[in-house]
Amino acid sequence: MTVSSVESAPTELDADVDSILDEIDSVLEENAEDFVKSFVQKGGQ
Amino acid sequence: MMGIETEYGISVPGLPNMNPMASSSQIVNAYARQAAQGARARAHWDYDLESPLRDARGFDMSRADADPSQLTDEDTGMANVILTNGARLYVDHAHPEYSSPEVTNPRDAVLWDRAGVVIMARAMELAAAVPQAEPIVLYKNNTDNKGASYGCHENYLMQRATPFADIVRHLTPFFITRQVFTGAGRLGVGQDGRRSAYQISQRADFFEVEVGLETTLKRPIINTRDEPHADPERFRRLHVIVGDANLSDTATYLKMGTTAIVLSMVEAGFLRGRDWSASRSVAEMHAVSHDTTLSHRIALADGRSLTAVQVQQEILDAARDFCGRDGASALDPQTEHVLDEWQRVLDGLASDPATLSRELDWLAKLALMEGYMRRDALPWDAPRLQLIDLQYSDVRPQRGLAARLEDRGLLTRMFTDDEVAAAVLSPPEDTRAYFRGECMRRYPESVAAASWDSLVFDVPGYESLLRVPTLEPTRGTRAHVGALLDSSPDVATLIQRLGADAPR
Repeated sequence: MTVSSVESAPTELDADVDSILDEIDSVLEENAEDFVKSFVQKGGQ
Repeated sequence: MMGIETEYGISVPGLPNMNPMASSSQIVNAYARQAAQGARARAHWDYDLESPLRDARGFDMSRADADPSQLTDEDTGMANVILTNGARLYVDHAHPEYSSPEVTNPRDAVLWDRAGVVIMARAMELAAAVPQAEPIVLYKNNTDNKGASYGCHENYLMQRATPFADIVRHLTPFFITRQVFTGAGRLGVGQDGRRSAYQISQRADFFEVEVGLETTLKRPIINTRDEPHADPERFRRLHVIVGDANLSDTATYLKMGTTAIVLSMVEAGFLRGRDWSASRSVAEMHAVSHDTTLSHRIALADGRSLTAVQVQQEILDAARDFCGRDGASALDPQTEHVLDEWQRVLDGLASDPATLSRELDWLAKLALMEGYMRRDALPWDAPRLQLIDLQYSDVRPQRGLAARLEDRGLLTRMFTDDEVAAAVLSPPEDTRAYFRGECMRRYPESVAAASWDSLVFDVPGYESLLRVPTLEPTRGTRAHVGALLDSSPDVATLIQRLGADAPR
């Protein structure tokens, strides 16, 4: 489950995931750093 | 009998200082206006806790304390509505919350929980259509990674007679280990996410004590809140606050299904003599979540040290014995299926967790992040990975990454869009949620208020409002009241046929 193990042995599942990255690129919010920073919540239960 | 209540993360992108109460109210009110479909006024939540004794049928009407005129102002109080599917949609602690209708089984729990996601996505659209409204985005997650957490709580109806000490003893080790399949995955360790590492659970780091009444600070693994919303002599409601908000159907299904089976064992006293208690439960809960290799060994009070998967396997073995024991009633197919899925997932976690990346949230999200790390050589503290963690739970079907994975068949679904759409409008048929939801659908103008255990009607010809208690969760089903509702074209007929000598 470490990054290095994934890098050393790409699997079929990795190929599945890689195939969707382009699609996800197109829906990810712009400017990741600012977007994540501005997500501030009040605590709940 | 079970249900799931979820507080959704809420934000107005670019405006981190917006008032979350106001935004949450906009969400709930936008959906409520549409759901009311022109009804004169929409029903309010019935906060009156005084419940008259029920009769043998489960219904006993009485005068409600309020005058009809007091309940028609739609702007009083915090937004809070009852939907035709029997759910409650309201504002709680600065978050919009969807409390599912009561269901009898884990499959239905998944279906009406998913209906909640569709309702939230629709509410976002409706709120955005209001002129000058800032666009609001909702997330089905549990933390902002800056120190705040909000919950996805499970509720299970239990026999009052079950000793609470047994519940604590057996559920605590079950809860700290079930994360291995219920975890929704989180990039960030510590309540404020200060360390950029991936962990299994969204919620684990926010638990600080073993048992307690609090839900918003010093959160306990076992929560002692006990408002049964049913006959308190016979029932308790176990309020489970340790769970993550799941996007994965498999994770929700197993979360509800396995927990219900463990509770059945506890109620039956089947686990007496067994004890998986950890020496330090809170620290172990954190350690299990932080170890994505699943190799952490929990120090048990009996001296053994087992991984979380091993503890789960022992509990599952006990569950197999319990369900197959002499005198046990024939196993229903769904319980059988839960046991099989539980085993299959534990086997996958023990051998090669990556094989479950189409089924469990924490592994699906991890696979996505690892794909980005591989392709773009990103480190764990890359903002884009943090965005993936957040946007995984975006409720919009086109923007939410879990939804994108589902669309590609990379995250397994249990229900079609049509099935979920039906659950948005219709209640489960086998609990009192049926009566509540159907009354909302059939007589929207006549339901002045409602709650889990009552409906309050404004009936033509009656000066006072009439409260119909629904204290018995297994009554008010379609089998019980379907024909009665079908033969009652209006609420006055319904009240007459309920047969009460209600005061005029």
